[in-house]
Amino acid sequence: MRKLSGAQILLEVLQEQGVEVIFGYPGGAVINLYDHLPDYSCRHILVRHEQAAVHAADGYARATGKTGVALVTSGPGATNTVTGLATANMDSIPLVVFTGQVPTPLIGNDAFQEADIVGITRPCTKHNYLVKKIEDLERIVNEAFHIAGSGRPGPVLIDLPKDIIAGQWVKKKSVQPLLKGYNPTYAGHAGQIQRAMQVLFKARRPLFYVGGGVILANAASELTELACRLNMPVTTTLMGLGAFPEDDYLSLGMLGMHGTYRANMAVTGSDVLVAFGARFDDRVTGRIDKFAPDAKVIHVDIDPTSISKNVTVDIPIVGDLSDVLRKMLAVVKSSPEAAELCAAGHDEWLKKIANWRDQHRLSYEQDDVIKPQFVVEKISQLTRGQDPIISTEVGQNQMWAAQFFTFTRPRTWLTSGGLGTMGYGLPAAMGAQVAFPGRLVIDIAGDGSIQMNSQELATVVQYNLPVKVIILNNGYLGMVRQWQELFFAKHYSSTQMNHAPDFVKLAEAYGALGLRARTPAEVEPVLLQAFSHPGPVVVDVVVAAEENVYPMVPAGEAISNMLLV
Amino acid sequence: MKHVINVLVENEFGVLSRIASLFSGRGFNIESLTVAETEDSSVSSMTIVTEGADHIIEQITKQLNKLINVIKVVELSEAVQMAREMVLLKFSINGGPKRVELLSLIEIYQGRVLELGPRSLIVEMTGERAKIEAALEVLGPFGIKEMSRTGLVALARECGK
Repeated sequence: MRKLSGAQILLEVLQEQGVEVIFGYPGGAVINLYDHLPDYSCRHILVRHEQAAVHAADGYARATGKTGVALVTSGPGATNTVTGLATANMDSIPLVVFTGQVPTPLIGNDAFQEADIVGITRPCTKHNYLVKKIEDLERIVNEAFHIAGSGRPGPVLIDLPKDIIAGQWVKKKSVQPLLKGYNPTYAGHAGQIQRAMQVLFKARRPLFYVGGGVILANAASELTELACRLNMPVTTTLMGLGAFPEDDYLSLGMLGMHGTYRANMAVTGSDVLVAFGARFDDRVTGRIDKFAPDAKVIHVDIDPTSISKNVTVDIPIVGDLSDVLRKMLAVVKSSPEAAELCAAGHDEWLKKIANWRDQHRLSYEQDDVIKPQFVVEKISQLTRGQDPIISTEVGQNQMWAAQFFTFTRPRTWLTSGGLGTMGYGLPAAMGAQVAFPGRLVIDIAGDGSIQMNSQELATVVQYNLPVKVIILNNGYLGMVRQWQELFFAKHYSSTQMNHAPDFVKLAEAYGALGLRARTPAEVEPVLLQAFSHPGPVVVDVVVAAEENVYPMVPAGEAISNMLLV
Repeated sequence: MKHVINVLVENEFGVLSRIASLFSGRGFNIESLTVAETEDSSVSSMTIVTEGADHIIEQITKQLNKLINVIKVVELSEAVQMAREMVLLKFSINGGPKRVELLSLIEIYQGRVLELGPRSLIVEMTGERAKIEAALEVLGPFGIKEMSRTGLVALARECGK
């Protein structure tokens, strides 16, 4: 049989895996791979920083549900992927990241551009590999895609020594990987599901608490159907936004530290709380012993380690969300009377929730300076019906986007939830735009975090990715400033961004369109101009400098203990 | 409370480091860890002794199971564990009545003398952890010069479960 180089074997396997695009950055250790890359159908997007390659692959993965792929060189190329990997790992995003490595005989010699990237990334990947023999290459690449995309998804890194990709070997026919120690549970236990449904049917103050797992499992429609059939109020986490339509009367919006008043009060008052693909993160629970204190907790998750990690669970169900939800729907359909009684049995509870909503809606006061919430609300209104994809940076911009944009569909929201990575939004938007060139992709940014990966404006211009970056420019690292205001007697230590570039000129320097809005009246026309422009745009919106995100639960407090506007 | 966990892992480089970094990264405690190949050379067996409340031990076993290279995790309760530890002890001791006394104590604990020199003694001792602890208490006053302990190795009993 004809022998191929390691580089060719790898690229053929990528082709078999259906990889359409690689986000990457070349270097000495992967030069052989780049030499063969143009011979294959897979597209390559040359980013400007390796961190952005991983975030872009991550944005692509979140928007499409496919596994994102990044390729970088050894040493600093590899170490620059760490933040991207940790981001994807915390949010369970399927990625396969290839790093170059020095040739195997040099490993451990402190060779030029050598880094022990497998050692460095062990705790922030789902799994990782160093390919030591070319005969293992094909198997490892197939295993990596299998591991990344199955079970609870996550990033997998493959370290490729230069002599492996330059070596010669015969490519075999790819076979389904067989892993002794990896066998995720997909089928939910029927008995546990039955038990859970009986408890749910009898609940008087039930609540669905929905996390990103529902989106990862492509189970949003099943979840929505179950909630609607049983008349269940639904609150979503930051990661779960889009899993349930927020314009439905059953939606309570987001819960947690910056959740809505009604969502947090409903959690606290619930008698049965059903967590779907959520992990009881500290930003959701606040003080743990005051979290849903009267509720029986039912927890559905594909990852057994998530269950009873932070909160004791009464009825655990391990399984794939779409399998479990389908089985729950089957129970509902086979017991129509119980289901009807259930749906009609908590009107009072829904009234109470409506009351909480009317007491404290998400709100802000618009005066003659632009309020950041107003900008997000405008973006939401102006893009309704266009199925936009929203990415964010991290901090106040992220929370306002989560609160004031009305999410109705899954995979339209890209945000670094677990790790909270500033600089995520622009490269993630770029990745999503590569997947969906015709859709409106908007990065809601802050003036601080946009500067963490603004070099990617060059990439979006080079590939004409018409990403819209909307900077809510308040001249501060706003979320930290907010904490300093509230808890450190306004001691604004190092949170004032005294010197920032002129973002309009910055956009123009990269060849993008730069726009600015200074008054509330300018917001709508400027946004409309940005959205209708065929190329990438940066909009600098000068917003109120010291606006705060409310409601807010101070760290470590009960979530019913909210600072309101 | 101490818990003994047996872990079967793929015998590959880096696996020990994955286990160790799981424990350190999540703040779990390792009291001892032994690892060696099993009858199947592609599989290694680890015996980990750890301490923690029940929900911590549950997290530890779940987190271990989650590692791709981990094939099987069994927590061995005291009732079912057959557990042994070995210790090598070096004494600095001259001939004389003290040495005779030491040798007789070693015999009581079923220790074996591996090396006997004019001024030194190396002893091997195997047993349950409690026995080793008791022996060390009794032999300590003779002046243990050096010591090397294996940590616990354990299997589940088959009889009388």
